[in-house]
Amino acid sequence: MSALFNEITLFSVISLGAIGGVAAIILFLVAQKFRVIEDPRIDKVEELLPAANCGGCGLAGCRALAEAIVKAERLEGFHCPPGGNDVMQDIASAMGWEAEEADPMVAVLRCNGSREFAPPKVRYDSAMTCAFAHALFAGEGGCPYGCLGCGDCVLSCGFDAMHMDKETGLPVIIDDKCVACGACVKECPRNIIELRKKGKKNRRIYVSCINEEKGGVARKNCKVACIGCGKCMKECRFDAIRVENFLAYIDYEQCTLCRKCPPVCPTSAIHELNFPVRKKKEAVKEEG
Amino acid sequence: MGGVHPPEKKFAEKQSIERLDPPKMVVIPLSQHLGVPAVPVVEKGDQVRCGQLIAKGEAFISAHIHASVSGKVVKIDQVTDTSGYRKMSVVIQVEGDEWEDGIDRDETLIKECSLDAGEIARKIQEMGVVGMGGATFPSHVKMMVPKGKKATHLIINGVECEPCLTADHRLMIEKGEEIMVGITIQMKALGVDKAIIGIENNKPDALAHMKKLAKNYPGISVEALKVKYPQGAEKQLIKALLNREVPSGKLPIEVGCVVHNVGTAFAVYEAVQKNKPLVERVVTVSGSSVGKPSNFLVRIGTPVSALIDAAGGLPDDAGKVINGGPMMGKALNDLEVPVTKGTSGILVFTKKESFRPQEQLCIRCARCLTICPMGLEPYLLAVLADKKRLEECEDEGIMDCMECGSCLYICPSGKPLLDHIRVGKNRVGKMIRERNG
Repeated sequence: MSALFNEITLFSVISLGAIGGVAAIILFLVAQKFRVIEDPRIDKVEELLPAANCGGCGLAGCRALAEAIVKAERLEGFHCPPGGNDVMQDIASAMGWEAEEADPMVAVLRCNGSREFAPPKVRYDSAMTCAFAHALFAGEGGCPYGCLGCGDCVLSCGFDAMHMDKETGLPVIIDDKCVACGACVKECPRNIIELRKKGKKNRRIYVSCINEEKGGVARKNCKVACIGCGKCMKECRFDAIRVENFLAYIDYEQCTLCRKCPPVCPTSAIHELNFPVRKKKEAVKEEG
Repeated sequence: MGGVHPPEKKFAEKQSIERLDPPKMVVIPLSQHLGVPAVPVVEKGDQVRCGQLIAKGEAFISAHIHASVSGKVVKIDQVTDTSGYRKMSVVIQVEGDEWEDGIDRDETLIKECSLDAGEIARKIQEMGVVGMGGATFPSHVKMMVPKGKKATHLIINGVECEPCLTADHRLMIEKGEEIMVGITIQMKALGVDKAIIGIENNKPDALAHMKKLAKNYPGISVEALKVKYPQGAEKQLIKALLNREVPSGKLPIEVGCVVHNVGTAFAVYEAVQKNKPLVERVVTVSGSSVGKPSNFLVRIGTPVSALIDAAGGLPDDAGKVINGGPMMGKALNDLEVPVTKGTSGILVFTKKESFRPQEQLCIRCARCLTICPMGLEPYLLAVLADKKRLEECEDEGIMDCMECGSCLYICPSGKPLLDHIRVGKNRVGKMIRERNG
């Protein structure tokens, strides 16, 4: 007989096979006993989500959102910012629930203290991270509320929607790429970035300043700081603007984008985005 | 363990302490100490006299603040402080130099102190004395030994391990007797019978002087220490003098020690024996290109620019002005900021000296590891802090870091290790506070 079929081989095959069989039965029984029953709908919902795992919904990731939605058995109170209304609608139709319409949001930088408007008085040469710079000092321009320009927000963006503008020293947000996940909002040590309503045709009006110092003090460091004069508040007919601590804030829920406030601002701190250019006649009237 | 040897550059060590006249206007921040800011007790328009209480430190860890000049309070408002942020301050316009009654401004030495321990601590609190080494921890808090603990040694820090600074050095030479009396008062308050003054070997004159004086004061001994940075850090000093190790996260009282600076001992003497609040301090103004490196006795609230002018003006090649020592100090944004209770030095760096090399990648040379006085791994902590792996940071002992800056000094790749660790420390501290509710 050849060595292949000798006794040792035979015993090995039989004993190992027996051990394997017993182990398989034990495993089968254990698996039966400790089986985790997962709702198949979770997988279904997860598949519809964008799989960005950005945390914009406030949960740990897309799977967590799917679990939460299925557990709640409704869509109210849940929103996936990168997916937007389309994704929520898809989930709604797949599961047979109602989806709430949510206004699309976008991150907005509320500081315009560029190198031109807030010229640097000192030079910062420590670690290039806003978290440290914020703890250390007021900033190169001297404004204790303004952008530090180290780019922590840019690093935090998972959608490539931000970059630093070398000339102004401020981050730039690309509206089309921004999904309003809020990562940069959380990262900014000075809370400069805010999520605001994207607005019709991407049009927005906002105060590009968060300085709460007295007007004169704020202006000393930055030419385009809000001085809290209240002119915009008087101009607004919709009660959308409030001035607190020498700082105006435009409520995006109330604002009708009438464009009355930007021209009255003495420091041009109110920005209007993506509007058509004003007619000349209007411009002349403003100056007069 | 660890430590670095930066060039000493003690330019002003032979310059005796010079008294500066009060400036025209002083700005006295209400938060010059560690802890809760003081609450102002004067109003705009009030006339104040030098030594008058202008702000009360009501919380347990807080300190009183006194007017350092006589004159009129022109405003109580937010004023830019050393960090560039605006803090509540009292601004006084100087008129004459009248002192509050009861303050003994005579130079004669008073040795006997009839107060008991509790009275001494109260007096120190009343006079607003804080740690003069730079950390500005309210001194009266240190005087009260917590229940269940017992102090065996009072340790007096005369090390002055920061390069350039010479304020403590000069103080020991010129006010040695007063410091000795201050130490005996502190010993009485703490109920200890042994005090050790630690002085680095690079100050032989101060060492000899203090040794001679100590013979007349029972219980006080003077020890020479190896020159090394940071030899003057609390935990390192205790280890060097008594060979006791303070456990991680604990205070020196855990091993029966209380550590005070020589400057604090002098302030305690003035507070208890002369009834004089902490309204002036010795500040070293130095730097390789400064015309006249000096040690000035200045009123709290004097603008830094006045000090630099008195030392020969700002040199043309000035690159940075540092508040504090070159290792731990912070660069100033503005020269009009006031001198506070914690300002031990004003240093002017030349452009060449203030240059920071371009940051490069870590080459794993482990030099930061060998020099870290707390036995931490700075390169690892910096990376973990940067990546926000806070739990790991905590496990690696980030909270033990005392921010001495040795790692940043030694790093051949020019990595701002300490800066990253500070961010991590802030975040870990916040995490711990949240966890403890």
